Amino acid sequence: MRRYVEFYLASMRVSILSQIQYRVANYFYMIGMITEPVIYLVVWSTIARQQGGVTGGYTPGTFAAYYIVWTLVRNMNIVFTPYGWEWRIREGNLSMELMRPMHPIHSDIAFFAGWKFVVILLWLPLAVFLTWVFKPTIDVTWLEVVVFFLAIWGAYLIRTMLLSLIGMITFWTTRVSAIFELYFGLELILSGRLVPLTLMPPWVQNLSAYLPFKWTFFFPIDALVGSMSPRELWTGIGMQVLWIVIGASFLNVVWRSAVRQFSAVGG
Amino acid sequence: MNLFKLAWTYLRIGVLNELQYRVNFFIQLLQSAISVATGLIGLSLVFGQVNNLAGWSQSELLAVMGVHILMGGVIRSAIQPNMERLMNDVLNGTLDFALTKPADAQTLVSVREFRFWQLTDVLVGLVILGIAVTQLQESMGALQVVSFLAALLMGAILLYCVWLMVTSIAFWVIRVNEIVNLFEGLYAAGRWPVSIYPDWLRTGMTFLVPVAFAVTVPAEAMTNRLTPESMLFAFGLTVLFMLMARGVWLLGLRSYSGASA
Repeated sequence: MRRYVEFYLASMRVSILSQIQYRVANYFYMIGMITEPVIYLVVWSTIARQQGGVTGGYTPGTFAAYYIVWTLVRNMNIVFTPYGWEWRIREGNLSMELMRPMHPIHSDIAFFAGWKFVVILLWLPLAVFLTWVFKPTIDVTWLEVVVFFLAIWGAYLIRTMLLSLIGMITFWTTRVSAIFELYFGLELILSGRLVPLTLMPPWVQNLSAYLPFKWTFFFPIDALVGSMSPRELWTGIGMQVLWIVIGASFLNVVWRSAVRQFSAVGG
Repeated sequence: MNLFKLAWTYLRIGVLNELQYRVNFFIQLLQSAISVATGLIGLSLVFGQVNNLAGWSQSELLAVMGVHILMGGVIRSAIQPNMERLMNDVLNGTLDFALTKPADAQTLVSVREFRFWQLTDVLVGLVILGIAVTQLQESMGALQVVSFLAALLMGAILLYCVWLMVTSIAFWVIRVNEIVNLFEGLYAAGRWPVSIYPDWLRTGMTFLVPVAFAVTVPAEAMTNRLTPESMLFAFGLTVLFMLMARGVWLLGLRSYSGASA
């Protein structure tokens, strides 16, 4: 156990130090990412205004709050991508990582977790700018802040598990980009990334309750922006833990048969 | 005339190369289908709430979406691959090979690559546009078709100019991938008509990255919203951007020093 803690702390420190070096590149990347929520925000606040100020319980102000918090949650959702897995398997780089005494997923999790600290730091001025431009209405309690802070890390872990699972399809076939795109399409609709899930038709909301996507996006945002009861907040965290456990178990099973498939070419 | 012959030859090579990998067409088609589906879901969510968005009806927005997909296909088949190759050439010093050829260097670097299967999006965009126009049940005059094609062509030239200018920054700072990412973000905003955006963003989308002229203006031509003034303005802007792109390219070229090649 101590071995793992030391490994995580060291990897995170390395990743923080190296990503701080690329702060300008990181910034351009984040600014590029901001256009997506701004588009949704503009479209939906236009609709809310056309409907006399409220649509589906959201005002232009609460939409602004939703999509500004969205930008942080989106950044927390960035993990080692399936395309990265594809590259890692195709090029044979995985061979080297298999030599290590630890499952390669640990170094992924630690590296991106360290990066998140840089991302959060860089995000703050952007949040100030967006707040100044779009004037969000937000009203938070301490409990919401605490749950939000836990939930963004829960989201990070769930998405790491999911995308690693998807990426590991590359062990069996190499034409995977279409599968990845399909996955991202589903996630866009069912996670609350496109619109708050409460604006979706009821059957989509029911469906998303049984899927992991909403716990990576809608739940963390709604925890801070919406008005959930303390019980709902903690249930949400419980659901996140459940999905992390499910994801990790699947990962374990798939990984075992996947490594047997793997034959490195070079690397 | 020589330049057109050059472009045509490269185009043929590109097409022949890509025709070897036919399965890619189906993969491309699947990917287009996914992006169309998510776009349609977005539209249906909007029109589940209201019956027009800032004065644009559902069919009109469908036309905007069609043009956006079509133009995206043009960018990814003809513009982006060339500019990415140019970036790598500047980075690796291999631009020497293009510069030592007797043809005009700007033309050469702009026509070397062509991704044939990306034209799937052009096709898909045209189909969506066709559906939108049928829904609008407007008679298509010859003038309308001509102004649509002209607006489309000017839009493509404008986007090419912006890409070339952005890529030319590589002569000074080498790493421009993140700026490309920024461009893609702004292009995504063109999915909706620019008139819905707040002023500062609309200005950026008109003059910085002219998505307004690349997507909204052709869509306006198709939906009978276009005024002769905005057509004339688009023409003026196109000429201006072409001159600017040429200037930036020549200026950048001066600070290019081959590395090792």
